[in-house]
Parts: sequence; C-alpha cells; structure tokens
Amino acid sequence: MRLPNTPEATVNFTFDGVPMQAVPGETLASALLANGVKHVARSFKYHRPRGIMTAGSEEPNALVTIGRGANIDPNVRATVQEVYEGLDAYSQNAWPSLRFDMMAVNDLISPFLGAGFYYKTFMWPKAFWEKLYEPVIRRAAGLGGLSAKHNETLYEKAFGFCDVLVIGGGPAGLMAALTAGQAGADVILAHEDSALGGQLLSEREMIEGAPARDWIAATVAALEAMPNVRIMTRTTVTGAYDQGTFAALERVGHHLPRRDDLPLECFWRIVAKRAILCAGALERPIAFPNNDRPGIILASGVRAYVNRWGVAPGQAVAVFGNNDDAHRTAVDLLAAGVRVAAVIDSRHGAQAQGDYQLIAGGQVTATKGRHGLTGVTVSTETEDIQISCDCLAISGGWNPSLHLTCHMNGRPRWDETLAAFVPTPDAVPGLVTAGACNGTFDTSGCLTEAAEMAATIAKDLGFVVKKKPIIPAADTSPYQIVPLWLVEGRGRKWLDFQNDVHVKDVALAAQENFVSVEHMKRYTTQGMAPDQGKSSNVSALAVLADVTGRSIPETGTTTYRPPFVPVAIAAMGAGAQGSGFAPERFTTSHAASLGRNAPMIEAGLWYRPSYFPQSGETTWQQSCDREVEYVRNVVGVCDVSTLGKIDVQGPDAAVFLDFVYTNTFSTLKLGRTRYGLMLREDGHVMDDGTTARLGDDHYVMTTTTAAAGQVMRHLEYVRQVLRPGLDVQVASVTEQWAQFAVAGPRSRELLSGVTSADISNEAWPFMGCGAVDVLGIPGRLFRISFSGELAYEIAVPARYGDSLFRLLTAQAEAMGGGAYGMEALNVLRIEKGFITHAEIDGRVTAFDLGMDAMVSRKKDCIGQTMAGRPGLHGPERRQMVGVCAITGDVKLSAGAHLFEQAAESVRVNSQGHVTSVCYSPTLDGEIGLAFLQNGRARIGETLRFVDHLRGIDTLCEVCAPVMFDPKGERVRG
Amino acid sequence: MVKLIEKTPCAGLLPRSIGLMTLAEDAYPAMTSIAPYQGQSRQVSAALKSTFGVGFPSPNRSLLSDRVRITWIGQGAAMICGEAPPTLTGAAVTDQSDAWAVVRLTGKGAEDVLARLVPVDLRRPQFRSNHTARTLLGHMHVSITRIDAKTFEIMAMRSMAQTLVHELSQAMENVAARG
Repeated sequence: MRLPNTPEATVNFTFDGVPMQAVPGETLASALLANGVKHVARSFKYHRPRGIMTAGSEEPNALVTIGRGANIDPNVRATVQEVYEGLDAYSQNAWPSLRFDMMAVNDLISPFLGAGFYYKTFMWPKAFWEKLYEPVIRRAAGLGGLSAKHNETLYEKAFGFCDVLVIGGGPAGLMAALTAGQAGADVILAHEDSALGGQLLSEREMIEGAPARDWIAATVAALEAMPNVRIMTRTTVTGAYDQGTFAALERVGHHLPRRDDLPLECFWRIVAKRAILCAGALERPIAFPNNDRPGIILASGVRAYVNRWGVAPGQAVAVFGNNDDAHRTAVDLLAAGVRVAAVIDSRHGAQAQGDYQLIAGGQVTATKGRHGLTGVTVSTETEDIQISCDCLAISGGWNPSLHLTCHMNGRPRWDETLAAFVPTPDAVPGLVTAGACNGTFDTSGCLTEAAEMAATIAKDLGFVVKKKPIIPAADTSPYQIVPLWLVEGRGRKWLDFQNDVHVKDVALAAQENFVSVEHMKRYTTQGMAPDQGKSSNVSALAVLADVTGRSIPETGTTTYRPPFVPVAIAAMGAGAQGSGFAPERFTTSHAASLGRNAPMIEAGLWYRPSYFPQSGETTWQQSCDREVEYVRNVVGVCDVSTLGKIDVQGPDAAVFLDFVYTNTFSTLKLGRTRYGLMLREDGHVMDDGTTARLGDDHYVMTTTTAAAGQVMRHLEYVRQVLRPGLDVQVASVTEQWAQFAVAGPRSRELLSGVTSADISNEAWPFMGCGAVDVLGIPGRLFRISFSGELAYEIAVPARYGDSLFRLLTAQAEAMGGGAYGMEALNVLRIEKGFITHAEIDGRVTAFDLGMDAMVSRKKDCIGQTMAGRPGLHGPERRQMVGVCAITGDVKLSAGAHLFEQAAESVRVNSQGHVTSVCYSPTLDGEIGLAFLQNGRARIGETLRFVDHLRGIDTLCEVCAPVMFDPKGERVRG
Repeated sequence: MVKLIEKTPCAGLLPRSIGLMTLAEDAYPAMTSIAPYQGQSRQVSAALKSTFGVGFPSPNRSLLSDRVRITWIGQGAAMICGEAPPTLTGAAVTDQSDAWAVVRLTGKGAEDVLARLVPVDLRRPQFRSNHTARTLLGHMHVSITRIDAKTFEIMAMRSMAQTLVHELSQAMENVAARG
C-alpha cells in the first residue's frame, strides 16, 4: 500500500504474469509491497511461503527470477532489483504455482527432513544415491534454475586504480570520500545501492538541523564536483585480496530494460593504496516460533519502505525488538500514518517513545497466517496476549558488516556491550574500518570516525590535509541492547531463512558432536548459498554457544570468504564466451586456406589447415593421401610460419647455443643449418628444431609450434639467470617471417621460378641456408626437410606471406602438386620417424629417442648431467620404435598399448604405448611410432596392439622408426 | 614479372569508429628491435641520438623525434619505429617491421576502453604522453604507449591482429553503450 504524497507509479512490470505499476527507481520488493504482494517465494527445503524480510542486499527470502529463455537470471534479490518498464519477474522453486506448491508436502514431513537427514537416510542401496535419491532431492530442494542454454548476455570486466577506495556510501563513506577527496587523493567511492546515503535514506534523522537528505545531496554534489573522486553506485565490493586488490561487481544493465549492447554486469578489479570500509551494519532477526511468515520484516526494512519508498508494508504493524530501534520504527510508522498494533520490547524497563501500546518484557511466542501474517501471540511473565497485525517489524540488534575484513583470514572480535562482532584492526593490510561496520552506530560517531580515518590515511599517503574536516551535527543516540537470540515456544524458530535451518537443527548438530561452528555450518547448511548467512550467522552461533555451554567468543564465527554477494561466473569470465576464450593466431595464408575450403585445426593458439579438400573427395583421408603423394611424387606447399623463430645474436651467441643445445653449434659453418635437441634441466627432452647460422654472431633458431613460447622463456631464463656473463641477446621473429615448406622432387624447380639465387644441389646443398631474393623481395631460404624429400623452407617478411602462398600453391598446382595440410604433414613425418611433441611429451630422454649420440660429451649443456642419472637409459627404458599393422583391415590408434601376444591386456603387462599413427599411402599400410620397453632390441617382434577406449585389439610388427627411405637419399637429391 | 603484394596486419579490419572513439591501423614503414650488448648501452644510445635526435629510452618510456619513435619494449630492449636505424655495432639489431600489428585508439573514452582490457593503471597522472608499458590486453602480450591526452598506440603480435581488433572493438562498444 502506498502512503499519501508518494510519486506516481508509472512503471509497468509483471510478477508471476500479473501486471502491476511501480514508482520509477524503486526496488521490486518495494513495488510488490506497494501492490499488496507479501508472499513472493517458497523456501529452499520445506517450500514454506516466504515474503520480503529486508530492504537490502542481505535479503534471504525474496529471491526471484528475471527474464526467460537463454538469458534467464535466477536468484535475484527483489530488494536489490530496481523496477524498469517491462520487467518480467516471477517466483521460483514452486510448482505448479507460488500459492499452491506441491512440494510444500516437504513441510508436513519436516520432522524427517531435519539437518543431516540425507546423510543418514539414503545410505542403502548404494546405487540408489546417484540414480534415485539425489535427483529427487535436487528436484525438491533448490532455488532458481538456469536455462541450460548458451547465455549470450553481455558482461564485462574492468580494472580500476585509486589512492583510497571507500567501500560503502552511507554517512561514514560519504564523509570519508569527502575528506580524502578534499585532501587531493584519488578516490573511488563504491556503493552497492543505486543512491548514496545508506541507512540515512531510511531514517528521519536530522543533520545540521535539516533533514539528512539535504546533507546527503550537498555532499554528493561536492563529491561529483571533484575530478579526483569517482563515484560508482550499484557497485558491491565483493572481496579483499592481496596487495590492495579488491573485487567489485557493478550492476550496469540490471536496472534497465534489456539492451543487447549494454553489459548486464561489470566485474571490477580495483587496486587501491588504501581502503576504508564503511559497509554499515546488518540488522538481525530474532529466533521465535514461526518467525518466517510473509509480513515479518526487519525493523530497518520497515523504516526503509515507509521513509524511503513511501510504502506501508502492512495496515497494522506490530514491532518486536530488544533495542531502541523498535521504538524508532514505531515512531516513524505513526508519523507516516500507519497504525502501530503494539511494540513488544523484551527489555523490562523499556519506555514508550510515542503514542503506542508498549509491552515491555514481552516476547512474540507464536505467529499465524500461512500465506501472510494475520496475528501474533505475545507472552509476558504473566499473560499471553493476542495481537492482530499483518506486519511484524523485528529488531534483534545489529551486526557490523565486517565480512571484508575477514577475507584474508582475519577473525572478528566479540564486543559484549554491542552484543556483536566487530572488526579486528589490520586484518586486511591497508584497510581500515569506520562507522557502523566498526561498531559505531550513531550517525554523529560515524561521521567523526570516518573523517578522522580518511584524514589520517590522506596524510599517510603524503597529501596535505589543509583544514580539519568539519563534522556536521547529527544524531548521537546511544545504542542500547539486551541480547535476545531465542524465544522458546512451539514451532520452528528459523535462523537461516535461505537454507531453512532452524534452532533445532543447530541443537541436533551439537548433539551429533558437530560442535565446532564450522562443522555445525556443514552439517546444517546454515550460512551457505547466495546470502552466505548474512542475517543468520551470528544468531546461529549464539544458539550453538548456548547449547554447547560455551561463550560466543569461544564458539567463534565461521570463515567469511569472498564473494560478499553472488557474482555471476559470466561476469568473472566476461569476454571469454565462445572464441573469446583465448586469442586466435592466424597465419598470413589463413584467408587463402579458407578460400580453399580447408578445415582448420588448433595448434596452441594457432589455426592451421588440416587438409585442402578437392571436389569429389568425401573424406579427409582421401585429401590427405593425395597431398602426401604431391610431396612424395611432385611438390607440395605448406605454411610453417607457426614454428617458433628466435633471433640469437651477440659475441657469445655460439657459446650460448652450445649450452642450451645438446649438440654443438659453435662449429656450424656460416650458411649452414643444423638439427638440435634441447633438454630440460632434469635431463628430459624439451624441444627440437633446426638452427641456422646467418653470421658469425647471428643465428636463427626454430622451435616446434607447441613449444615456441616455452623455449623463448627458457632462453631468457638461461641468458638472464644461468649464464648472465654471456653477451647474447634473443628476440622472437616468429611473426616477422612468413615461412613456407616447399617439398617434393620438383621443389627446386618450383623455387627457381621465384628466386634468382642459384639453388642447385652444389650451390645450395642439404642444410644450406641464406638470404635470397624472392621476386625482388629480400627473403631467406633454408634447405631443410620434415618430409624426407628434397625440400626447402622459404621465408619472406610477413606482409608478403599471403601473396607468396597464393603464388607458390598456384605454381605447385600447375606442376601437378599443391598445398598440403597438417594431416599430410603428419603422415610424411611419421613415415620418416621424425618426432613431434606427441613423442617428446616431457617424459622422454634423448636415449629413448635413439639420439643419445647427439648429447655431446665434449662440452656441458643443460640437462647433460641429469640425463646420465640411473634409470634414464638402458633396456628398461621405453625406446622409440616404429609399428606397422599386420592385417590390412584394422586401423591403428594413438594411445594404444603394446603387450606380449600371450599376455592379458591389463595395465601391469603394458610393454609400451603408441604416440602417433597414420595410414601411409606411400607404404600402403597402417603405421605408427611407439615407445617400447627395450624397443630397439625388439625390431621384428610381433606384439599385441590394444586400445581399450576404441575397442581395438590386433597384432603389429615392431620395426625401425624410419620406415621410408631409411638411408635418406631423397633429401639430398 | 610477378610481384608480391603487401598486406598490412589489420588489412580489412580497420579503421573503426565507435561512439566518440576511433581505432585505426598505424603501420610504421620500418620497425627494428635493438638490444645493446654488455657495456654498449651508452655508445648505442649516443649513436641513436646522433642519427635520430633521441637516444635509448629508459624503462617504461618512449622517445619521439621527427623521424622515429623509440619505445622501450622490455629488459634492455627498444623498438625503433619509423625508419630503419643505421648500422649499429654494439647491439643486436633485428628487423621487426612485419612482426607487429600497430593500432591507435583515440578519442574521449579511450582510457575507459583500455581499463576494460589492461591490468595496469593507464590514467593520465600515472601514465603520461610517451609513457609506455609492456602488459596484457585481454590475454595478449602488448606494448602500449600514450601518444597524447586521448590517444594510445598499441602493438600486438601480428598473428593476433583479429583478436586485438575484436577485443578493442567490443570494449569500445561497451564504453559507448554507457553513454
């Protein structure tokens, strides 16, 4: 019900399909109450009717779902969601409807569903857990659901920096930001609500003799005028991390009709030199019987609806509390013209502060009204009084919002006077607390404390605080409370409204010896789920303390962890949807390859063509076979630019390479290329590749595509850390050069058409390299081969890559050859027994590869000593061999294991494993590379080839890894 | 005779204007990385200065002359952008003219765009004109230099040009959408 003189409700929205109107800017919760909707949700486990309990971010009950389809947004707090034109909100966790929810049967059998029931109940039979019990329980219990479709909503991430981060824009936060801002500090003021002012917006307090709103407006205007202050409303700081880093969630589009171009949320990482936590405090409920009915609202919430939003949450409101806020609430209600049914103050000596019925020393011991409160029973020492009311405001006192101070493992301190935990100083380095979150509950105290803290911080940071901040005159009412945690009586006394945990559950946990507060939390689920126990933690541990006979400080709190409010994974991972997951690297020939319909395969971040299909070809195998034949018989062209290329220069370049490679490069002649093997410090193979000598002090190393980054990092490490005395520089030139393999018997003929250099066998022998002109452009030519054929790699500056690739492939096609992709490249190298990272998988030594002779004993190199350790060489090692299928109709598979023919194919009998396989059109058979125990001595043996995953069980013959042209004659032709 | 055709890294991708901002390719005719050998820094810097009027930059700085911009790109290394340097004896000199996609982001909101992608403080008081940083943009290694109050130069690996443009465009759209 709206109070008189409130703005006109002009915004149309629906709740559960029912059209309603709202005042612009108000929350969904406020709008629902204004429209007389009290029952808005069903509870997590027992499906009890629930209403709106708070007016803030801590709301445990009023969770709704916004939107439909793929972009559905579940578990939205109605107290945070602002209304907008066309808002489509609906209740969740109820079927078939909110009012008649079938699952409410759970509530009737609740005595069997207490804490830990499923730990005890669904023990047997074991198989039923996964197939029956768990699905049934999950169906019955829960909050909102996701669509299970790909969410295309836009989210974003951002980084912020400041001198002082002020967390919370209530009176303390405003004062802190003003003080720090005036001192000249770079300030970010992050505030969860849409409007600054905090609790003051909900109170009828005066500042400097005028309504507090005037002071808020003036202060906000002053802050907005400062270029060094950034105000971020709708922004919740969700976590405190190392070195002054804070996470924050900004609601960017939540309060507006959905727009495709506007992010819904922005996830901020804010780095601050200092932070001031001014997060305020959260009011706590009291555990009395059936304290969860719709219409039972925290007193602070009632004041917010009445004073801030102009909405009466009921027509006859009773107030129940243990502190003066109960009276403040009653006075405000009366001032707004709302009937106060009674004020029940558990303190015996309480005095009425207005014209209302006060029951001092009373407690609410029963409530009634299933879908909405209709009355309460109040018990005093002498009598039970029935009071008719449709709203009950409750105040059990205040808990400082100190969560962030605990994010780095700090523990709060119990304050007996406040009956609350307060922050422990310096729990988060660089963060101080001021105002209600520090246990200072009066406005005047908040303002003073915040100004002093901010001034101190500004001075610490080197800013000059010219004048002492002026503290405006404000409310100084002391906070007077007599703790009241629990009211005895018949019925469940709810502690955690979001997880349906009541007092008996906590007692049961203690009875089952889950007496540690952390164990109690896990046993009962108290404090879990979206609200993380914001309104229940302290009450629950007070009850636990009581039943275990310990004090509250002895009992302690559970650990407050980030995030402070739920953060969508989509916000944290913003920008990473679909292909945004990682950068995409494209070669210069990418467009040309796509133009030839080549399917792309990922190699690290690179995209490389698998094969180039031609008309009439229906399988990749056909294309691959044809491309292999190009290279073996004519000429093929392949983009190899993705291989790492590293410029190594300097007077000590040769010494440096001798140190990182197992073999010697100082002896390499100018204009020559050598194959090199690189070990890790532990003696296993890191990478391989060819390195060319372009000058006395100038080499160009190539690495595999997969290990390019790793090798670059390794070289920098060696240069800077292991051998800082060497005068050498390394620079990646991978991106500078577009490089193409031109391979096949007619490769020389093809290349003669694009370079004027003499590339005859005599002038440019195998492993020769050097600068050449490529159609007038300075390029490089390397006579190296990864196919075993006469082959070259030709490089031009990348700007010409696209053009050269098109030219080379066109020429090759004219000669009867063409482009070849990764599949053919793989076949060609397997036929020749050349390794890739399928073979050098990190567990392999030079000995295993049959390359022990490449580890020079004449010099030291990284990994040499460690490679000599026992166990890294000898017949017990799995050594690289070739395998070929014996029967023609079986496909081999990488990942298969090798067994003795008679052995059972189980793990302990494995003699080796297969790393690469292919169909070789050249040899007309299935072949592969494998690592076989004592393999080199077993050439010619027949073994069992078993791949349990793919259902392959066949025989293969062990052969030498080089299956084609073992003498290597073709490459020198 | 057949001629090879040049293609810049962002060919077909840029320029783009979104909101009040523009993203355009700014390909230098030549880019050369230089890394002085041990004990050669002064001599190399002097040689650069006599040729171009600016020497070797200190870390996180970029130096501008009428012929070149020399930008620090990492430990003991800098990139000469604009013209190829003269023969330098005391340094490793590597042609990088084709290795980098170089773009300029300019306009009101450019700082906000980069704040969505780059984890270092690029706000003006901290990061003035001719300040430079080797950092991340999204998941990419980049070099970012402030040119003036509202213009940044961003260098990324050539092969990542498409991702670079995509990331920046998306952030520009996000910033523009906020109005």
